[in-house]
Amino acid sequence: MHPVLKLVIQRLALGLLLLIAASVLIFVGTQILPGDVAQAVLGQNATPEALANMRAQMGLDQPASSRYFQWLFNALHGDLGTALSNGRDIATAIGGRLKNTLFLASVAAAISVPTAIFLGLLAVRYRDRWPDKLISAVTLTSISLPEFLLGYVIMYVFSVQLGWFPSVSNINSGMSLWQKLNAVALPAMVLTLVVLAHMMRMTRAAILNVMQSAYIETAELKGLRRFTIIARHAMPNALAPIVNVVMINLAYLVVGVVVIEVVFVYPGMGQYLVDHVSKRDVPVVQACGLIFATVYIGLNLLADIISILSNPRLRHPK
Amino acid sequence: MADTLLDIRNLRIEATVYAPGEKPRNAVIVDDVSLSLERGKVMGLIGESGAGKSTIGLAALSYGRGGIRLTGGEVLLNGRQIRGASSATLRSLRGKEVTYVAQSAAAAFNPAKKLMEQVIEATLHHGVLSQAEAEARAVELFRTLSLPDPENFGKRYPHQVSGGQLQRAMTAMALCPKPDLVIFDEPTTALDVTTQIDVLAAIKTAIAETGVAALYITHDLAVVAQVSDEIMVLRSGKMVEHGSVQQIIEAPREDYTRALVSVRQIDHAEKAPAAEPLLRAENVTARYGAMSKDVLSNVSVELYAGQTLALVGESGSGKSTMARVITGLLPPRAGEITFDGKPLPRALKDRSRDELRELQMIYQMADVAMNPRQTVATIIGRPLEFYFGLRGRARDERVQELLDAIELGQGFADRYPAELSGGQKQRVCIARALAAKPKMIICDEVTSALDPLVADGILKLLLDLQAREGVAYLFITHDIATVRAIADSIAVMYQGRVQRYGTKTEVLAPPFDDYTDLLLSSVPEMEIGWLERVLSSRKMASAGN
Repeated sequence: MHPVLKLVIQRLALGLLLLIAASVLIFVGTQILPGDVAQAVLGQNATPEALANMRAQMGLDQPASSRYFQWLFNALHGDLGTALSNGRDIATAIGGRLKNTLFLASVAAAISVPTAIFLGLLAVRYRDRWPDKLISAVTLTSISLPEFLLGYVIMYVFSVQLGWFPSVSNINSGMSLWQKLNAVALPAMVLTLVVLAHMMRMTRAAILNVMQSAYIETAELKGLRRFTIIARHAMPNALAPIVNVVMINLAYLVVGVVVIEVVFVYPGMGQYLVDHVSKRDVPVVQACGLIFATVYIGLNLLADIISILSNPRLRHPK
Repeated sequence: MADTLLDIRNLRIEATVYAPGEKPRNAVIVDDVSLSLERGKVMGLIGESGAGKSTIGLAALSYGRGGIRLTGGEVLLNGRQIRGASSATLRSLRGKEVTYVAQSAAAAFNPAKKLMEQVIEATLHHGVLSQAEAEARAVELFRTLSLPDPENFGKRYPHQVSGGQLQRAMTAMALCPKPDLVIFDEPTTALDVTTQIDVLAAIKTAIAETGVAALYITHDLAVVAQVSDEIMVLRSGKMVEHGSVQQIIEAPREDYTRALVSVRQIDHAEKAPAAEPLLRAENVTARYGAMSKDVLSNVSVELYAGQTLALVGESGSGKSTMARVITGLLPPRAGEITFDGKPLPRALKDRSRDELRELQMIYQMADVAMNPRQTVATIIGRPLEFYFGLRGRARDERVQELLDAIELGQGFADRYPAELSGGQKQRVCIARALAAKPKMIICDEVTSALDPLVADGILKLLLDLQAREGVAYLFITHDIATVRAIADSIAVMYQGRVQRYGTKTEVLAPPFDDYTDLLLSSVPEMEIGWLERVLSSRKMASAGN
C-alpha cells in the first residue's frame, strides 16, 4: 500500500474515533444535567406515576449505555428524534437551518480565504513597509472589535445610510441565488472581517518562515520577480500551517456564528441551538452538538489530509 | 581588453554586525579587491571562512546576503556597471548572464518542485529557449554531467536523488540558460571524497564543453588546482596573492599562501600496540529503533592506552553509530565492549559515574555542543564539580590550568561561546572533555567544520595532549589527511562493516582492497593534473577488468 494512503486511512480512523468520543461527551453532558426529559415534558403535571409511565414510554428506564447506543444508531440513520418543545422532527427542522448556515459560511469563506491569502502574500512582498503595516493594522482592528459591534456598524453604514443591502438577512427557499446573496451580504461581510486577520497573519508568518530558506535565494538569483518567488516558491512549502488555520476558521464560520445570526436575524443553526438551549430541549441540543462536532472534526481532518498530501516527501517516497 | 567578461575594481563590501551586548556596528567584509576574468576562463577564489570569497562571488551578481552592501568600487559585467544597478536591471542579468551554484544543493532546491521545472525555470523566465528546447538542453546537460537516466532524471523531486546528484543537477541548472559566467560556491565541500571526485570531473567537463567562464570558490587548494586557470588567495576580505595555478602551488610568494599549500603535513610516527587494549569491541552489531537493517554488523576493533584509532569512512558508513554504541547511547543488539579490562554495561543508564568519567566525547559542531548562555568557566567547570566535587577557588584554578593546556590562557574564562572563534570553541570543548581526566576521548569529526589551518592547530593540540596526559582517542573522520596526521591504527568502515583494519602503515600500504583504494585515490592532491591522472587510471583499471 502507498504510504500516503496508509497515513490518510490512519487519520480517517482517528477522526472517526474522535467523533465517537465527542458523541459520548455530548450524551453524557446532557445526562448530567439535573432532571430528565420526562420531567421537562410533564413540567407541573409530574406525579411520580406519570413520570414513571413517561420514562417507560420514552425508554428512559433503560440503562444509559443502551440509550446512548440507541441514540447513536438512530442518528446514523438520520433520525435525530423529535423536539420536546414543539414535537417536530429534529432532522427536518435542522435540515433547512443547516443549509442556511452552510450557505452563509460558504459565501464568507469564498470571500475571506482568497482575500486573506492574497493579503498575506502582499504583506510578505512589502514586509515592514507601509502596505504590510496597513494590512496588519486593519485586520487586527477588525478582529479586536466585538462581532456584534462590527455587525451594527456595518448595518448602519451599508443598510441604513447607503441602503445597499437589507439589514435583516431573511432567506427562504423561494429566493433566487442572487436574492440570497444580496440578503447575506452584510453578515458575510462581518464574518469575513472576523476571520480575515487570523488567516492573513498565519499566511504571512508561515511564508516569512520559508523565505529564509536557501532555495528562495536560488530563485532570487534566477532573476525572478519577488511576488513570483513568494507565490511560486515559498507558498507551496508553507501550505500545511496555512491550511490548518484556514480550516479552523471555516469550522468557526459554521459553528461560531450565533451572535451574527442574532444580529441579522438569520435563520441558521446557531439561533436554533440557542433557542432550544433556553427551552432545555435536550434532544435538539444533542443533535446540534453532534452536527457541530462532525463539522469541526471533519474540517480539521481535511486540513490534516491536505497537509499530508502537500508534502512531496510523503507523496513521492524514495 | 575586448574579451573581459567580469571586471571587479577596488570592490568594498560592508555589513552591519550585531554582536551580543554591543551596539550594531559597520564592518568591512571585503576591502579593495580587484579581479578580472576573461571569457571562458576559470578563476579560483581561495581562503578560509570569513575571507569574503562567497561575498565576492555573489557580488558578481550584485547580490548581498542578509545586510551585506556593496559600498565601493566597480563591478563591470560585459562592460556595464552592475553595482548599484536597478533591481529590474539586476533581474534581467541574474539567471541569464550570471548563474550561481550553491554549496548545499540539498537546501538550494525547492523541495516542493520537480527537478526539471527548477532546472529550466531561469531559461524560460528569460526567454532564452522554448519549453521543449530547454528540456532537451537540460537532458543533454544531465548526460554531460553523467547523471543516471538523464531522460527521466528531471521527473524526480530533490529528496529522491542523492547529494552528489543534486550538486550536479544544480550545475545543470546554472548552465541551462547558457550564461557567460557561473559562480561555483564550494560545490563539492559538503560531499564525500569519493563523490566529490565525480562531481569535480563532471563540472570540469561541463565547463570545457560549454566554454563558460567561472569563479570557483573553495577553501581547498587541492580542489581548486584541478579546475582553475588562475587562483586568487584571500584573507579577511583582502587580496593576498594572485597568479596562475602553477605559480601559486609551486612557487607561492606570500607566507599565508605557503601555509595553505603546506597544510596537513603533520607527521606522526605510529606507536606499537601494547599488550592489553584499553577498549575492545567484539562483533558489535547495532540498529536504530525498528529499522529492519543493521547499521553496524560484526564490528571488532581495539584501542590501546595513549594511542589513536581512526574510524574512516563516508557518511552513512556507521562511524558515528559506533561512537553511540561505545558511549552507551545506543545499546548494541549483539557483541561485547570491554573497557580497561572490564566489560562495559551496554546502556548509558547502567554505567557508574566513574565509567562515564573515563570516556568523554568531543563533537563536530562545537558551537551547538555548548550552552550559549554559560561562560567558558562554567562550561569547563561543570565536569569538575560533577565528577570531582571541586568548588570555588579550587575549581577556578583547575579551569585556568585547563585553559592553559588548550593554549587559550588568561581572559577566556569569562567569555561566552559567541565571543569565540570556531577553533577556540573546539578548544574549549577539548578542555571540557579533559576536565574529567578521561582515559579515552571519542572525537567525532572534530576538525571537519574548521578551516584547514585551524584544523591543523587542533590536531597538533590533540597530539600534544596525548603525549602529556596519555589519553587515548577514538578519532572518527572522513578525511584521510587527518588520519595520516593523527592515527596509530586505522579501521576503514564501509556500509556498517570494517573493510580494512590494522596499524597505520599496514592499512595505508598496498595492496588495497577496492574500496580502500577508491577512498585513498579520491583524496585531492596538491598537484596540477591530479584529477585527470586518477580518472584515466580508473578508466584503465576498469577496461582491464
